[in-house]
Amino acid sequence: RTHFLSLSLQAKMSRPVQARRLEGTDKNIWVEFVKLAATYSKVNLGQGFPDFPPPDFLKESFVRALSGENYMLHQYTRAFGHPPLVKILAQFFGKLLGRDLDPMTNVMVTVGAYQALFCCFQALVDEGDEVIIIEPFFDCYEPMVKMAGGTPVFVPLRLKAPKDGKLMSSADWQLDPAELASKFSERTKAIVLNSPNNPLGKVFSREELELIADLCVKHDVLCISDEVYEWLVYDGKEHIRIASLRGMWDRTVTIGSAGKTFSATGWKVGWTMGPNRLLQHLRTVHQNSVYHCATIAQEAVAQGFQRELELYGKPDSYFVQLPKELQQKRDWLVQSLDAVGMKPIIPEGTYFLVADISKFKSDVPDVPDSDEPYDSRFAKWMVKNKGLAAIPLSAFYSGAHKNNYNHFIRFCFAKEEATLKAANDILQKWKREKTSP
Amino acid sequence: TMAFRHKNTRRIEGLDSNVWVEFTKVAADPSIVNLGQGLPDISPPSYVKEELAKAAAVDRLNQYTRGFGHPSLVKALSQVYERICGRKIDPLTDILVTVGAYGSLFSTIQALIEEGDEVIIIEPFYDCYEPMVKMAGAKPVFIPLRYKNDGNSASSADWVLDPAELANKFNSKTKAIILNTPHNPIGKVFTREELQVIADLCIKHDTLCISDEVYEWLVYKGNKHVKIATLPGMWERTITIGSAGKTYSVTGWKLGWSIGPQNLIKHLQVVHQNTLYTCPTPLQEALAQAFWVDYKRMDDPDCYFYSLSRELESKRDRMAQLLQEAGLKPVIPDGGYFMIVDVSTLNVDLSDVDEKQPYDYKFVKWMIRSKKLSAIPLSAFCGPETKRQFEKYIRFCFIKKDSTLDAAEAILKNWNKQTA
Repeated sequence: RTHFLSLSLQAKMSRPVQARRLEGTDKNIWVEFVKLAATYSKVNLGQGFPDFPPPDFLKESFVRALSGENYMLHQYTRAFGHPPLVKILAQFFGKLLGRDLDPMTNVMVTVGAYQALFCCFQALVDEGDEVIIIEPFFDCYEPMVKMAGGTPVFVPLRLKAPKDGKLMSSADWQLDPAELASKFSERTKAIVLNSPNNPLGKVFSREELELIADLCVKHDVLCISDEVYEWLVYDGKEHIRIASLRGMWDRTVTIGSAGKTFSATGWKVGWTMGPNRLLQHLRTVHQNSVYHCATIAQEAVAQGFQRELELYGKPDSYFVQLPKELQQKRDWLVQSLDAVGMKPIIPEGTYFLVADISKFKSDVPDVPDSDEPYDSRFAKWMVKNKGLAAIPLSAFYSGAHKNNYNHFIRFCFAKEEATLKAANDILQKWKREKTSP
Repeated sequence: TMAFRHKNTRRIEGLDSNVWVEFTKVAADPSIVNLGQGLPDISPPSYVKEELAKAAAVDRLNQYTRGFGHPSLVKALSQVYERICGRKIDPLTDILVTVGAYGSLFSTIQALIEEGDEVIIIEPFYDCYEPMVKMAGAKPVFIPLRYKNDGNSASSADWVLDPAELANKFNSKTKAIILNTPHNPIGKVFTREELQVIADLCIKHDTLCISDEVYEWLVYKGNKHVKIATLPGMWERTITIGSAGKTYSVTGWKLGWSIGPQNLIKHLQVVHQNTLYTCPTPLQEALAQAFWVDYKRMDDPDCYFYSLSRELESKRDRMAQLLQEAGLKPVIPDGGYFMIVDVSTLNVDLSDVDEKQPYDYKFVKWMIRSKKLSAIPLSAFCGPETKRQFEKYIRFCFIKKDSTLDAAEAILKNWNKQTA
């Protein structure tokens, strides 16, 4: 078969088939590291998900929803959120934010917090807009801003050296106020805040949040506040919602996650909360991208929140018990790492912990002209040779800054005691191998 | 205070309204007999529900799975579709699992369509195609199915594309054509010859084909669903989209899939990893198990893929009869679970209704209010030029249990007895 190819057809055939919006967004650390963990790891402290089950009451809610008379739970529900879920979220968070939330207009359910973030960027970030991202950051923020045609502007948390002899804390990582202020320009559309912060575990203090809030108000900038780890705060610290600060409700979208709240990451139920004048645009994106979220998990999460509303602040509340359990796991892991010479940064929140692996550098020699950041090579070597999976901190930095802190790796400690003990065994054996002749 | 400068982004300008937001709210009233939105009020098969209960009881199935699709599900999909397509389908590179077929349409369009592109959309069309193409910055180019005057029988097969008109729509900017077969709302099942006309143009103009085949199992006697991706020269340029919701009567599971060549699917995977990353795990596991059950009996008439279609054929025939007895002339669909009907013969005068909406919008609203029966106006499925042509049609959904159809029958029987 022969055809005469017109010039315009030739031009078409020589162009890439994919859209330009995908430029610079195709690399993804998880695809590689999840595969490595699946192939080599004996103990997986890499990707962030619990290896313990969701609480019984939540599993029971799911089963009840399934086995009930109402088989219509297998069909579409309301696109912007299953009514029982948005109602309880409005009630629950209204109390915490100190305001009346309308479940229909101030709350929208999404496919995980991930899709909530996507809706925010697509709804609010146009070509040419700048979005401030605090480093280190959950890695999806950058490609999502780019896909929306925006320009990410990075500002780092800087490590202040801790007092002699003390272990580092995530609180030692701080924004420089003048540096932060310098990042705001006429083109700044939004700042992305993640508190408690993945990967460091930093819980931003009221003063730090007020610093950010003042700048947002001054420059009329929006705040996309990723608060998925809101319940995972330790040592009696308080999670403060930036939307509750003066001048912030009207310009903030707050994001939450059932996956992190109820240890059920595979359910992919998330939500956004904010003023209608912002949420209306999220609804437009949502109705033109996924439209509905799966019904049954939303029903079960609604029941989970109902229980937590009744038990709020009480010892039986999952939101009291989970951080208590995780704090203990954090402390075990801190001890394990410290005992072998990996220097942990004690996280104030989340279920992640970052540690300095400088003392182990001799195992993985430097390759001077390597494109790959040192910590990434280290983490790959570690999973292949020690069977212990973790994620390099450079995964959470922009391209230009990947070598700024390249001797840290991130561990997830939302794991059963047995898993953490097994990790400890690997670390202890490793240390013995290093010190024996 | 300063005026609030934060408005919507350009990409969603004008995309905020939506027929469903309008009509599902109205029809949510339980006293309304709801034949509008396409969702079954029949139960999914019991083994499907059981598999979900089994999956949710496994601890690790409540945590993240593989982003591009749960391994057991993509494996099952590859087996089922290898058998149908007669070609090897790699579960890891040729398949993406998405949040409903809706999510597949979005991922496909975001991955492959951009400003400067044109996308051909056949009217009437499932309403999301137009806003999704616009959100990608591209220009929708419409071509209507036209009713060929061919005697008295009104069948979905009577609605056809004019080949010369279609050919005229293709040019060097045409990035893709969206095909929907079996077709929503008309129920047309495109024949091999009709698909060949489209395929020839795609190959000639190096155009992609986005083939929405969510109703692939719902074809009625005398008809065969043909996959355009199986025509020569088409596999490498086609994304074929399917839906668990339509396959297993579980629209609330919101699982769909895109199948195609690796060099196209990889771009959909990039979109997926930057939009929602993974789909829910227990639902995917349950779906995989359900697929194994039916894959094993694909030679057996009891396979759900065929038994659902038989069940729906009798509902189709009943719906057609009810409408005919009310003096209407429905278009009998060859596939899908929708039926369109011209209501202008009822001569309902709505000229006093103030709103500037097309006749069918006004008619459906009036019908909901005064007859307690809901449907969807067909002009919602048309581009701006053709709304006039289709505004006398409304769409009924017939994947409904007997008692719902009984209630619809009662309303239609009494129609002429009441005055408006």
